[in-house]
Amino acid sequence: MEGEVLKSFAAAATIAIGAFGPALAIGMLASKAMEAIGRNPEAAPKIQPAMILAIAFAEAIAIYALVVALIIKFV
Amino acid sequence: MDIFIEAEKIFHIGPFAVTNTYLTSVLVVIIISVGAYLFSRRISETPGRLQHGVEMLLEFLFDFFEKVFGDKERTRKFFPFVCTFFLFILLSNWFGIFPGVGTIGLYEEHNGRTILVPFLRSVNSDINMTLALAVISVLATNIIGIAMIGFFKYASRYINFHGPINFFVGILELISEVAKIISFSFRLFGNIFAGEVLLIVMAFLLPFIVPLPFLAMELFVGFVQALVFSMLTVVFLKTATEHVQH
Repeated sequence: MEGEVLKSFAAAATIAIGAFGPALAIGMLASKAMEAIGRNPEAAPKIQPAMILAIAFAEAIAIYALVVALIIKFV
Repeated sequence: MDIFIEAEKIFHIGPFAVTNTYLTSVLVVIIISVGAYLFSRRISETPGRLQHGVEMLLEFLFDFFEKVFGDKERTRKFFPFVCTFFLFILLSNWFGIFPGVGTIGLYEEHNGRTILVPFLRSVNSDINMTLALAVISVLATNIIGIAMIGFFKYASRYINFHGPINFFVGILELISEVAKIISFSFRLFGNIFAGEVLLIVMAFLLPFIVPLPFLAMELFVGFVQALVFSMLTVVFLKTATEHVQH
């Protein structure tokens, strides 16, 4: 395959595979948080900030994959 | 479609190249400063609607940070610092969606192609800006930790000879500081730059009505990223100013 085609393919594969893990992670985090809030609705204001924080950390990994894909495509 | 990771240079002041993101950041700073000054002259005991709105926002932020910090005293001490991050990042993100930003510019020749060089561009879509913010946040956290706890007590977090495990944990902490800088900068950069690319692609595909939900999403993402940046700063400030327990 030529360079340009391989580049596009690499960029697409990077973000496709790289977003897989964080998506799972965020789903698991949110589901556990929902369960916890469902069991004890009064603890919701304590659980929510921790959940948002953890989701931000997990999303950052997906953003790393995205940045690598962008670098492959545009640099 | 011209999509560039680097910010385009508009003009040069001596050896310093002024990019369009730098221009936009200066504009945002001017807007914040002038807005804050004009607002501070109109504060009264019986608030009007604008003052009410600003108070609501600041109270929301204060309660939010207090939940993370745990005590009111530290929140009060660090609130101006962290809230500045929040307001600056929020306003720069929202200013980037403003009509005219990223679209009004001049056509220039680069490497044989004619591309549009916009005068203004979303501030955090430039990795230099987000890297600067990240370095400020992490550096200030460390310096505040040293100021509040004392140099040797704070250094014992990184250089700890109380045992082999603690020694390696100290080295890991040092590496983790660098990782914090990288993760802060890339999180903000990735979100905002990807949002910009998404808006360009949507406008390129179908310029009418369809970009609307994506603009709404960009508003939301801008707000969330500002909140996450300041909240993470609060969390790291909390661990840095915690009295060391043995």
